[in-house]
Amino acid sequence: MGIQQIIFIVLSAIAIAAALGVILSRNPVNSVLCMITCFVAIAGHYIMLNAQFLFVVHLIVYTGAIMVLFLFVLMMMNLNAEIEPQKRNWLKYAGAISGGALLLVLVAALRDASMPAIQSTSTEIGLVANLGKTLFTSYVVPFELSSVLFLSAMVGAVVIGKK
Amino acid sequence: MQTLTNRAQPVDRRPMTFWEKMYLPAIAKGMGITLSHIFKKKATVNYPEEKRPFSPVFRGLHVLNRDEEGRERCTACGLCAVACPAEAITMEAAERLPGEEHLYREEKYAARYEINMLRCIFCGFCEEACPKQAIYMTETFAPANYQRKGFIYGKDDLLIPDPKNPITVKK
Amino acid sequence: MTLLTIAIDWAFVIEKILLISAVLGVSLLIAMYETYGERKVAAWIQDRRGPNRAGPFGILQPLADGGKLFFKEEIIPATANRFLFILGPSIAMLAACLTSAVIPWGDVLTIAGRQISLQVADVNIGVLWIIAVLGMGVYGIMIGGWASNNKFSLLAACRGASQVISYELPMGLALIALFMISGSLSLKDIVEQQRDGVWFVLLQPLGFLIFLICAFAECNRTPFDLPEAENELNGGYHLEYSSMKLGFYLFAEYINMFISSALMATLYFGGYSFPFMDSLGLSPNMVTILGIIALFLKTFIFIFFFMWVRWTIPRFRYDQLMKLGWNVLIPLALLNMLVTGAVILYRQG
Repeated sequence: MGIQQIIFIVLSAIAIAAALGVILSRNPVNSVLCMITCFVAIAGHYIMLNAQFLFVVHLIVYTGAIMVLFLFVLMMMNLNAEIEPQKRNWLKYAGAISGGALLLVLVAALRDASMPAIQSTSTEIGLVANLGKTLFTSYVVPFELSSVLFLSAMVGAVVIGKK
Repeated sequence: MQTLTNRAQPVDRRPMTFWEKMYLPAIAKGMGITLSHIFKKKATVNYPEEKRPFSPVFRGLHVLNRDEEGRERCTACGLCAVACPAEAITMEAAERLPGEEHLYREEKYAARYEINMLRCIFCGFCEEACPKQAIYMTETFAPANYQRKGFIYGKDDLLIPDPKNPITVKK
Repeated sequence: MTLLTIAIDWAFVIEKILLISAVLGVSLLIAMYETYGERKVAAWIQDRRGPNRAGPFGILQPLADGGKLFFKEEIIPATANRFLFILGPSIAMLAACLTSAVIPWGDVLTIAGRQISLQVADVNIGVLWIIAVLGMGVYGIMIGGWASNNKFSLLAACRGASQVISYELPMGLALIALFMISGSLSLKDIVEQQRDGVWFVLLQPLGFLIFLICAFAECNRTPFDLPEAENELNGGYHLEYSSMKLGFYLFAEYINMFISSALMATLYFGGYSFPFMDSLGLSPNMVTILGIIALFLKTFIFIFFFMWVRWTIPRFRYDQLMKLGWNVLIPLALLNMLVTGAVILYRQG
């Protein structure tokens, strides 16, 4: 067992425990914090894959931006474990059925999927330079389109601010 | 509108120019002012090591004086208590007994003499009222104390030590 | 039963552990003396003397302050969420310390034939790592403010978090223009390029100005210290904190100030490089040591600048702060990016 495997197991355990914490915790703020922990653990997996850029972007975008927004909203809502509304029975059944259906689809999909063996040599595709080259050669149109979208969102924020 | 004095300045309400709106030149100017203050003379006096000289007319803590033979000058006439606007001074008189001539100058002396330093306003009227030049104000001020009663100064605190027979006065 | 056989280069591990300890130790020491320096600078600017009682020139003042904080009563409000209340300052401190990992504190030292790089991790995402950690720092503020269960702390936490998030944007945009010139995200590469060429502040004056302003906002320093506007907004997110937990929040701020000063020195002022460093004819180790000194000198100048500004400029109002961030700095940073791109394209074409 190499050190990589140990780190992988530890990170996975943290990720799974945190993911369980998200749905089992009664306090919404704790849920969000568990989710952040889960994201950080997954970001650790990106490092293991030698995808440093994905790692840091994952941290910046998910933990640094999106979860902060979630936290903002939840903290303002003053939700407590005590005032959590009672779940109706039919909601539970609906949840169980839809969850079961999802499991079925996943199993069916994974049954036929062929898993390529993980390469023993480390890939370099996740490094900034390689990723950038790929983005600006093979995927330049979608990349530029999405960046225009983000730019327009930013301009929109400035325009709202100017009002 | 008519102004009362000719010192009034009208407020400049012109809109700010672009240069002023940038705010950075104003910041630079302010930074220059604060930087120049770093090299200016410090206003602080390092108190216990360095003391600010008092003016010669400074009125500080009182002392009760003795005459040249070491006898108490105060005769407990009460003029200082009458003169005191803050009513900080109280005293009790006593008659000098035979054999105490080396202690008290007159036939009557103050058995108890108290000044409440919390009431005292250090106006110096007591010093002026005293016909015997018994009470003087020094160039020190009352030190801090933990309790109010510590600020009531009795004869032990006020009387200057006898130069002839120095006895340690302890409270 | 087989023992785990892990192939680890022990010399490498020990070297890194020593380096990390040294960097953390120096950061903490400098943060400690920043509190002293701040008080001294404040005093000088206000024609006073500053702390001069504890030790010669008051040099032991930070120890006295720290000791005082340790002996203060630990108060956790009864209605607070205990776990999160303690987690908040811990995250703030952790985030502050993590940033120092990617800053190159010096060039390579050669000790006993071993090349020791004075950078904890030379990753090719160096600067992005710092932005990511800044994002983590927001959680320290938010969790602390929320867990106190006090509406004023919560409001201050929201104020602080939205300020940090808003100023991350122009900061990132200003950095993009820098990366367009450097062509690398690695801080080591950026320094090496400035060693051979000119300092990037000459190529990116506007970018540097934007970065500087954002650094002030990110560190919650005056004129943007609204998260803890103690005199008009009833304290900040650490309103309910006392003792060393408060100390952690304040300390994290000083570490942040040190790190962002070091970062500015690295990104825009040549890091550990100094003029004529390659033509002095000194041994490489000597040059490295001089380089470390140069970096720290630059850093201290920035730290002084932070303090100097603090005691000069009054605090902004919150709407002014947001207006400056969104309406002025972001368009300026975009413009800067555009101009930089155009110039690079022109010079290539």
